[in-house]
Amino acid sequence: MKTIKYLFLSILSLSALVSCSSDDDTPEVVNEEEVITTVRLELTATSGDIVVLQSQDLDGEGPDEPVYTIEGSILANTEYVGEIQFLNELESPAEDITLEVLEEALDHQVFYIYTTNNAGSTVTYTDLDSDGNPIGVATTFNSGSVSTGNTLVVQLIHEPNKTGDGVSNGDVTNANGSIDANVTFTYDVN
Amino acid sequence: MKRLIIGLVIAISSFSYGQNCTYTFLSELKDFHDGSAIESATIYQKENDSYAFSDLDGKFKIENLCAGTLTLTISHANCETKTVSFEIIGDTFKTILIEHHIEELMEVSVTAHVDKKETKTAQETVLKELTLKKYSALSIGDALKEVAGVSSINTGSSIVKPMINGMHSSRLIMLNNNVRLQDQDWGIEHAPNIDVNAASQISVIKGAGALAYGGDAIGGVVVVNPARVFLKDTLFGKTTLSGQSNGRGYSANTKLSKYTKKGWFASVQASLKQNGDFETPDYVLTNTGSNSKGFTFRGGKQNFESGFEVFYSYLNNEIGILKASHIGNIEDLVSAINSLEPLVIEDFSYDINAPKQDVTHQLAKVMYYKRFNNFGKVNLQYDYQNNQRFEYDIRVGDDRDKAALDLKLQTHTLSSDIVLDAFSDYKLKFGIMGRYQNNFANPDTGVRRLIPDYDKYDFGIYATAEHNLNSKMTLDFGLRYDFNRIDAKKFYFTSRWEERGYDEDFSDLIIDDLGTQLLVNPVFDYHNFSVSAGFNYQLNEHNSFIGNYSLSSRPPNPSELFSDGLHHSAARIELGDLNLTKETSNRVSASYNYNSTQFNLTAEAFYNHINDYMYIEPTGIEQTIRGAFPVWEYLQTNAELYGIDLSANYNYNAHFNFSNKSSYTVGNDIENDRPLINIPAFNTRNSITYTNDWKQFSASLTSDWTFEQTRYPDNNFETYIAAIDETVLVDVSTPPSAYQLLNFYSEVTLETSAKTNLNIALSVNNLLDTNYRAYLNRLRYFADDMGRNIMLQLQYNY
Repeated sequence: MKTIKYLFLSILSLSALVSCSSDDDTPEVVNEEEVITTVRLELTATSGDIVVLQSQDLDGEGPDEPVYTIEGSILANTEYVGEIQFLNELESPAEDITLEVLEEALDHQVFYIYTTNNAGSTVTYTDLDSDGNPIGVATTFNSGSVSTGNTLVVQLIHEPNKTGDGVSNGDVTNANGSIDANVTFTYDVN
Repeated sequence: MKRLIIGLVIAISSFSYGQNCTYTFLSELKDFHDGSAIESATIYQKENDSYAFSDLDGKFKIENLCAGTLTLTISHANCETKTVSFEIIGDTFKTILIEHHIEELMEVSVTAHVDKKETKTAQETVLKELTLKKYSALSIGDALKEVAGVSSINTGSSIVKPMINGMHSSRLIMLNNNVRLQDQDWGIEHAPNIDVNAASQISVIKGAGALAYGGDAIGGVVVVNPARVFLKDTLFGKTTLSGQSNGRGYSANTKLSKYTKKGWFASVQASLKQNGDFETPDYVLTNTGSNSKGFTFRGGKQNFESGFEVFYSYLNNEIGILKASHIGNIEDLVSAINSLEPLVIEDFSYDINAPKQDVTHQLAKVMYYKRFNNFGKVNLQYDYQNNQRFEYDIRVGDDRDKAALDLKLQTHTLSSDIVLDAFSDYKLKFGIMGRYQNNFANPDTGVRRLIPDYDKYDFGIYATAEHNLNSKMTLDFGLRYDFNRIDAKKFYFTSRWEERGYDEDFSDLIIDDLGTQLLVNPVFDYHNFSVSAGFNYQLNEHNSFIGNYSLSSRPPNPSELFSDGLHHSAARIELGDLNLTKETSNRVSASYNYNSTQFNLTAEAFYNHINDYMYIEPTGIEQTIRGAFPVWEYLQTNAELYGIDLSANYNYNAHFNFSNKSSYTVGNDIENDRPLINIPAFNTRNSITYTNDWKQFSASLTSDWTFEQTRYPDNNFETYIAAIDETVLVDVSTPPSAYQLLNFYSEVTLETSAKTNLNIALSVNNLLDTNYRAYLNRLRYFADDMGRNIMLQLQYNY
């Protein structure tokens, strides 16, 4: 009898443990906060002309491919002020992840890598983090000569080795780190 | 369990005549199990201070008794002394049943590590406390590799998943003190949550023959048992301290047990382990520290007739994952593979940063059993498990310290079994099991759920029979039916739902449309039948054979059904499939065993044919804003696995011993005519051990030689790397080269008093500081394995 009494006591104490289970029936939807769905490179000429190169992937890690668009026309031999924006459009309103990049500027750098550069375009960093190394959100873009099929790869790298050889000049070779965004823009210079 | 103590039952009749001191007490002593007579027992009568003895039929008589209490103390060479009392009001006849196997029991108690196998005809190996103590500072997965045919699939050095004949995760059942572990075992980077220090004995059963534990153990069963309870008024304990050079780790484990003659017992055990970053021969493996805390309590009362047990276990593991293995996209993977050293190497530290996992497993059980005369034993058990898993990824901004994965898996199981062992030739067992499981994926992580919320219901019923045909031949047979229902609620991206074609097959599952995401409610039922049959033939004193056939099936696990998303550490998108059906295994095995004082040999062969074998393989590439990722999908095929495991032991003389353990396993995808992935390569382990009676000194040198795996599927793919404007081949398939490791182990035991001793062990793993990478380590793309490790362990037994 004694054993049975103990047995029931133990079951009782166990059910106390168990009763903290969660039984919400409909799960809450998760709209990912850190996903970058959109990379926008906005180029503003002194004339006020604006060109926007954009890569947008509205299903994040879903199967749909990113959609590349270009608004406006890049004119030859023109200097533009470049400003890059990383957005999460899964959230409404869209979250501007660029702000986080700037907040943690020491841990981030944007790289602009030409794989085809018929125009001889150049991108120069115009911003610095607190250590005096470039971040790459703000740039100067020189369009170069009239040409077609220029390919610019933009990479946002998390925890790069900012003091690596050539890294502060925009050379990604020794940057290491992990890639948070990687988009390819193709454009013509008119 | 059955051989615990003495029992006594029951009466027959009593009649009275009304005279004083003229009554006769007649009694018959019988064995509790089979009712056979117990002869030559001594019966001491307390009231008259006189003795009687039982005759050939187990009978004895005491005459001239007065009315009142009669107290008898019965003792016998093979039984524990038992005292019983009767109220005498007339001539009385009583049958007294006593437990006759006490001699066997005492052996168990004294040596505490007698082989007690769980099965009769399965390929089973038992690891005892003496072996397990070497692994006090390591994990259970490391300890299991002592068994030929058992390897492990690792994520670094701390996450070690056991693998039996090339199978792991959901294809294995892990039992901790008779509770089936429910700890999200589907993940390759989810190590079993069992503290090796809490185990006193571990049985490894290859294949699905042990149907009492489940019908889906296509790979095998690992049975972890705590120490046996023995009936003696005693208090003892042991404390183990160890330190190791690699990772600058230290651990402490202590265990205290109290037993009483009446069957009460209580045991507490606690362990702590910590290590910092491990090191290869050449560099530090940054962020590979770990921290582990374990506690178990076990108590109750065990008698031959009845008993109960309360068990609670807590285990928390915080494990850092090599920092260099966190990669952003396929370009990072390419640079990691091409780099000889990890891309992140920092100074040694005990810090554990992201990526890391923090897993807490709690297990509580209550068990009660009662034995019935001439029938058998009934067990009743309830257990509850709570598995809380956090995984931390490298994140930015406000989410920096927030877990990327937060899963709480709770399981309730009620089970009962009846063992009928009253017949000497037959042993029958029936069991029934009901289980409810709830998984809750916390949405506060801000990351889409890898595993959805679900409720799971399991029901199982089985019968097993063991028949001793004659003194040489034992047959066994088992049947089992399992029902599983999984009721999940999962969000899919609408684009994924359509890309998978689910909009055609499963549109009725949708319960909410949120625009870009759909909430669906899949409810799937599975019915599984399992069968096992085998024989054990003892040809003579030296030679024995066993053979076994088992049919088992396993329903798809939540990961195989529902995976959907980016797996960061593997840089791949993993996709489950709602269309998956159960996989069915037909396995035949045969073993030969030779046993003599000088030489032992066990050869185990098996062939396992699995229909609808579930596996994951790359099927294409998807582009995201982060870049390109290969897509790995869960698919089904027909597969076969076969192999042979050898284990030999030769005592050259009283001092020298040689042993060999070798294992060869082949896995084939029959439908696609190619090898299966992640099958262990040929491995052979040779040891030479010197022992001496002086302080029980022993020293051994072991060579552990793993060949290069030449049979692997080619899952390599090409990817375009924008930064260099080239298409490169990503070699994720080619296994690393063969390697041979030398390990040294030496110990002495010093008697510190009559009842206490101190065991000192010194070991050196990877003695030659060899650089190597293991095929079955998921981090092999990023870094070498551990270099030399010197370990000193002190164990004080008291």
